[in-house]
Amino acid sequence: MPLQLDFMSILVQWPLLLRGAAWTIALTAIATLLGGMLGIVCAWARAGGPRALRWLVGGYVEIIRNTPFIVQLFFIFFGLPELGIRLSPMTASILAMTVNLGAYATEILRAGIEATPRGQIEAAESLALTKAQVFTRVVLPPALKKVWPALVSQIVIVMLGSAVCGQISTEELSYATNLIQSRNFRAFETYIVGTLSYLGLAILVRNLLYWAGPRFLFGR
Amino acid sequence: MPEFTLWDIVRNLLLAARWTVALSFIAFLGGTVFGLLLLLMRLSGRRVLERLVGIYVQLFQGTPLLMQLFLLYFGLAVMGVNTSAWLAACVALTLYASAYLTEIWRGAVAAIPRGQWEASASLALSFGQQFRHIILPQALRIAVAPTVGFLVQVVKGTALASVIGFVELTKAGGMIANVTYEPMLTYACVAAMYFVLCFPISLYARALERKLA
Repeated sequence: MPLQLDFMSILVQWPLLLRGAAWTIALTAIATLLGGMLGIVCAWARAGGPRALRWLVGGYVEIIRNTPFIVQLFFIFFGLPELGIRLSPMTASILAMTVNLGAYATEILRAGIEATPRGQIEAAESLALTKAQVFTRVVLPPALKKVWPALVSQIVIVMLGSAVCGQISTEELSYATNLIQSRNFRAFETYIVGTLSYLGLAILVRNLLYWAGPRFLFGR
Repeated sequence: MPEFTLWDIVRNLLLAARWTVALSFIAFLGGTVFGLLLLLMRLSGRRVLERLVGIYVQLFQGTPLLMQLFLLYFGLAVMGVNTSAWLAACVALTLYASAYLTEIWRGAVAAIPRGQWEASASLALSFGQQFRHIILPQALRIAVAPTVGFLVQVVKGTALASVIGFVELTKAGGMIANVTYEPMLTYACVAAMYFVLCFPISLYARALERKLA
C-alpha cells in the first residue's frame, strides 16, 4: 500500500490549532515576564546577597537545571495538592514554566552581571545613587544586552518544553494536536502539522524578542 | 489495602531508572555516531549537503522533543514498521541528540583557525587526513565540555519517553504515585534520582570547561 497522506482533515480544524497556538504564546509570554523577574531577583541575590541567600538560590538553580521539566510539572500539579495547594492545569503550567525559566535566567543573567566593570559601579556610587538604583540603572541594562541572545534561546526552549503541559490537560498547542488526531485518526499528518506549527512559533518568538529587546529593555 | 514504605517506592523507582540510563546511553551513542556523520556532511564543502544538515538541525532544535516523539511513534507505524515505545524513543532521542551534537561540534570546528586547514592542505593531505590528524584533535579539546553538558539534556529528555508509554523513571513514578496515593513523595524521589544522575555530569562539564578555558 503506498503511503497516502491527507492534510485536509487537519486543516479544516484550524480554529482548534489557532486557539492552541494562542495559548502556547500566552503561557510563554506570562512565564517569560514572571520568570524573567524571578531570574533578575535571584541573579541579584546570587551576585551580592547575604551568604545564606546565595546558597539558597544556588540550590534552587541546580535542582531545576538537573531535573526534567515534566517531573517539575507533575510535582506541582499532582504533588502540591497533598499540601492543600490545588492548582488548575493552566496555573500549574505557568508556575512550572516560571520556576523553570527563572532558574536558567538566573544563571544567564549572573554571567552578564558579573561582567560589569567594577569602575562603573564605583562611579555610580560616587554619584550618590542608591544600591537599588545602581543595579537597575547601571548594572542591569548592559548585562541584559550582553546575554540577550542566550536569554532568547532559553525562552524559546521553555516554549518548546511547554508542549508537555498538554499532558496535564492544559489546552495549548500539543493538546489541540492530540485532540484533532483523536477525532480524525490521522495521527501522523496531524503531528506533522502540530510540529511545524511549533517551528513557526519558535521562529516568530525568536525574531520578536530580538526586535523587542533593544527597543524596550536596554537600548541600542 | 497494602501499605507502601518509602523503600518500596525507592526500590521500584531504582529498577525503572535502569531504563532511563539505558535509553540515555543509546541516544548519546547513536547521536554521537549520527552527529559525526552529519558533521562530515556539513564540512564536505558541498552546498546541498550543508543546506540539508542546516535544515535538519533547525527542524530538531526548533520543535519540541515531545512532538518529535509522537511523530516518530506514529510515523514509523504509518511506514509499516512494527513499532514500540522503546524503538520510537530510541530513534527519536538519537535523532534529537545528533542534531544538537553536530551543531556543538560544528562550532568547535569553526573555532579552529582557517590557516590550519590551509596549512594541512598545502602539505597535500586529503580532506579525511586533514580532518582526522589536524582539525579533530584541536576541535575535540573545545568540544568536550559542551558535549558532556549536553548529556544532561539527553538524560532529562528521556523523561519524555514516558508520554508515549515507555516505562522509565518518570512513567514508573506516575504509576507508583497512582498506587500509593503519595504523588508528592514519589515525584520528589523521582526528581532526586534525576538529580543524582545529572548533577555529577553537570559538575564534571563545568570542571572541564574551567580546565580547558
